[in-house]
Amino acid sequence: MQVTITVNGQQRTDDVEPRLLLAHYLRETCGLKATNIGCDTTSCGACTVIVDGLSVKSCTVLAASADGATVTTLEGLAGPDGELHPMQAAFRSEHGLQCGFCTPGMVMAAIGVLSDNPDPSDREVREGLEGNLCRCTGYHNIVRAVRTAAQAGPSAGQVPA
Amino acid sequence: MIPAPFEYVRAGSVDEAIAALTEHGDDAKLLAGGHSLLPLMKLRLAVPAVLVDISRIPEFSYVRVDGDEVAIGAGTRHFELERSDVARAEVPLLPHVASRVGDPQVRHKGTLGGTVAHSDPASDLPTALLALDGSVVVQGPGGRRSIPVTEFWLGFFETALEPDELVVELRVPRTGTAGWGYEKFTRRENDWPIVAAAAVQGRVALANMAGSVVRATATEEALANGASIEEAAALADQGLEPSSDMHADAEYRRHLARLLTRRALETASRG
Repeated sequence: MQVTITVNGQQRTDDVEPRLLLAHYLRETCGLKATNIGCDTTSCGACTVIVDGLSVKSCTVLAASADGATVTTLEGLAGPDGELHPMQAAFRSEHGLQCGFCTPGMVMAAIGVLSDNPDPSDREVREGLEGNLCRCTGYHNIVRAVRTAAQAGPSAGQVPA
Repeated sequence: MIPAPFEYVRAGSVDEAIAALTEHGDDAKLLAGGHSLLPLMKLRLAVPAVLVDISRIPEFSYVRVDGDEVAIGAGTRHFELERSDVARAEVPLLPHVASRVGDPQVRHKGTLGGTVAHSDPASDLPTALLALDGSVVVQGPGGRRSIPVTEFWLGFFETALEPDELVVELRVPRTGTAGWGYEKFTRRENDWPIVAAAAVQGRVALANMAGSVVRATATEEALANGASIEEAAALADQGLEPSSDMHADAEYRRHLARLLTRRALETASRG
């Protein structure tokens, strides 16, 4: 079947099998490998992307269901000149990553947290990221990064148009 | 993990969904948020030949007051229920329980109708609906019918739905300012409850104490006969046969049912 999906600002039409998962579509069909597949069971959040303004776990969404949707992955965050999104900049400045595997999903989920609540407390950040696991257990700096990003203003909770 | 191949049909309306179910019968499954069904399909525990996608049916998502009841469209996603001002004012137990389901990403996708139709005995929202003594409105080729929640969940993944019917609406009495409580025990915050208890207006429902969500009838009868919360909660597991699994044995579940029922009733009594 055919799906037309806007990925990181570019509309594309692809032939997909109905059973193709959005995570595999992004990685294999679009060649965007930042979206990681960790647990494959909707638990770890490494595959989190933003679909029509909401954070979702792309390992549990069919590409077919995303027909007509707008999807943003980690690759779609930085500006055309390479300027980092405020959330990316905060993860860098606060060292909100260790091995980096969970980071793309953490960054996308964190943007979702700020889009719901632009100035969350530590506890609200932790609750907002409950669906994302960091097996390095580097949570403290991740929470710090999200709160630092919040200081950058509303753009930290938005994905580029 | 990738599901087995299937034919994909997108339904643009309830009628289209019913037509697809009528045509394909038992071979078809409905896809709403997909957060219960797709994991089962990846594990090949569910292998539907036809997947009918109802996630885009526009008239499916609403929360509104209708007489003495609140009516909620089956396609209402958990985060929408969580934030609904109508739900918060009229039936605050429900948006609270919605906020305790899974994690934000799951709540962005999961639907109330989906969790109702799935009939997992460990589900949060069916437990709340059962305590609220609401009803499930289903629609098939012959039209709509309303099923009391007490008759809807028949067992593990088993409901009173016919193969050509779908859940279209959930209805619950408006509880307004009546006290309520919801207590859920998990090992990790976004896990399924090992046991959960919902209490409102003298009714108590339990998750994961039987093949489906169940009412704690002995507790309810004791309360109606004037027993104290402590006395009534001590009966919460009476007549139930919870299972043992890797998370908890049956005796531990019984203990949790009594404890969480007491806490939920205490919270409810404080209003």
